[in-house]
Amino acid sequence: MTSLSTTAPPLVSLRNVGKTFDSGTVALDGLTLDICDGEFVSLLGPSGCGKSTALRIVAGLSTASAGSVEWAGGAAGDIGFVFQEPTLMPWADVTANVRLPLKLAHADAAMADQAVAQALARVGLSDFAHSYPRELSGGMKMRASIARALVTGPQLLLMDEPFAALDEITRFRLNDDLLGVWQELRRTVVFVTHSVFESVYLSQRIVVMTPRPGRVSTEVAIDAPYPRDERFRTSAEYAAYCRTVSDALAAAMAGAAA
Amino acid sequence: MARAMNRNTALRIALPIVMLALVLLAWDLTVRGFGIPPFVLPGPGVVAATLVADSALLGQSLLVTLSLTVQAFLLAAVGGIVLAVAFNQWRLVEHAFYPYAVILQVTPVVAVAPLLLIYLPQPLAVLACAWIVAFFPVLANTTLGLNSVDHNLIALFDLYKASRWQVLWNLKLPAALPQMLAGLRIAGGLALIGAVVAEIAAGSAGAGSGLAYRIAESGYRLNIPRMFAALLLLSVAGVAIYFVLAGASHLALRRWHDSAVRRER
Repeated sequence: MTSLSTTAPPLVSLRNVGKTFDSGTVALDGLTLDICDGEFVSLLGPSGCGKSTALRIVAGLSTASAGSVEWAGGAAGDIGFVFQEPTLMPWADVTANVRLPLKLAHADAAMADQAVAQALARVGLSDFAHSYPRELSGGMKMRASIARALVTGPQLLLMDEPFAALDEITRFRLNDDLLGVWQELRRTVVFVTHSVFESVYLSQRIVVMTPRPGRVSTEVAIDAPYPRDERFRTSAEYAAYCRTVSDALAAAMAGAAA
Repeated sequence: MARAMNRNTALRIALPIVMLALVLLAWDLTVRGFGIPPFVLPGPGVVAATLVADSALLGQSLLVTLSLTVQAFLLAAVGGIVLAVAFNQWRLVEHAFYPYAVILQVTPVVAVAPLLLIYLPQPLAVLACAWIVAFFPVLANTTLGLNSVDHNLIALFDLYKASRWQVLWNLKLPAALPQMLAGLRIAGGLALIGAVVAEIAAGSAGAGSGLAYRIAESGYRLNIPRMFAALLLLSVAGVAIYFVLAGASHLALRRWHDSAVRRER
């Protein structure tokens, strides 16, 4: 499958990336993938297929044991990372949590104040700026985590199953809000998920991965227009895409089992 | 709900007071009923009277012991935290020193005190004893706290290229605060115990004037009421130390840590 919906140049390219842990587990083997500038791409695969590992390698949090990661500008760009858990500092209020990346970079205080206020407004948390994480619901914690990832204005937003632990109603709302942010900022998003439905709803392109060791099985372009909303979620087009992607995922699983 | 809560609180305050009154009454009745002489077992009235009569002497001794305890506690806090940070930052330091910290902790201080008294001037030896007893829980708890930081938060700091000191100051120390405070709370009580043990060991060497020394001295003179009065002051001092540290810990953690946050049910 080569018909990709984006024609932008790649921002990051993974070339034959492999990862073998000290325990001997082979998480990735020969993963080749272009991430295009400005696109919303999902990595879809079963648990333990190495999609989180791939994301951490792109972020520089883990090193590839084989292959290479090449950035368009030569050096790695600014990255925002959203973990599966909100990963907030419990001793700091929402503002201090969102401000952390700027603080660590010794950013100018006035500029930081403005960036934090903007990021909080973007995720709808302005009224909770001075709440502590324990006072927030799961969805609100995740919003704070996303605001923190956005506050530096990163080129690339990496999200590692961020909504997996949320209830469906909250997840749908966060899906919509995430798409809103993406359309406004047009930053590149790589979204790791094990949900076919979530990946179809969000993405322009879905990369289906094989079970361990992970590599690309197939890619499916989702050519439905944005903005997408509840009508898309109940449309025949959405259902058809979900079936295509489910079949692709089943094929990836079967291929590995054989 | 609110009424049940109030009743609960009232009971929690009233019950210990009622118990205290009952114990004092039983004690008094026993002493009077059996005609026990004060040099065997003084009644509560005699102890109270001694407390008042000897208040100048005992107050002075209390100050000596408290000042020793506070010094030992502060040194234990600083030493324990600094050492824990050093262990956390440089593995080699941990490998080199941790076994000795454990040895220092498991060797009974009563057995070490006489030796220290030979080699160190007495005030320093007494302080060293109290410090040895108090510093280990600070070290052990702070080390545990520093080592159990959420690995995703560490990854986040890595992502933003935080320096080692930024990680320590902005992440590890705040994350370790609950365990560190728990260690300090234990150290407060232990500093007092260490001070008393050291004073008793030093007592025979003379010169001491702390509460523990008063207890030993009163024992030799069969001044049992004063022994009780001094013991009472020691207990009160211990309880006060506990409450001060528990209160400080609560203030530091009340906004965010589960141990200090009251949950509504």
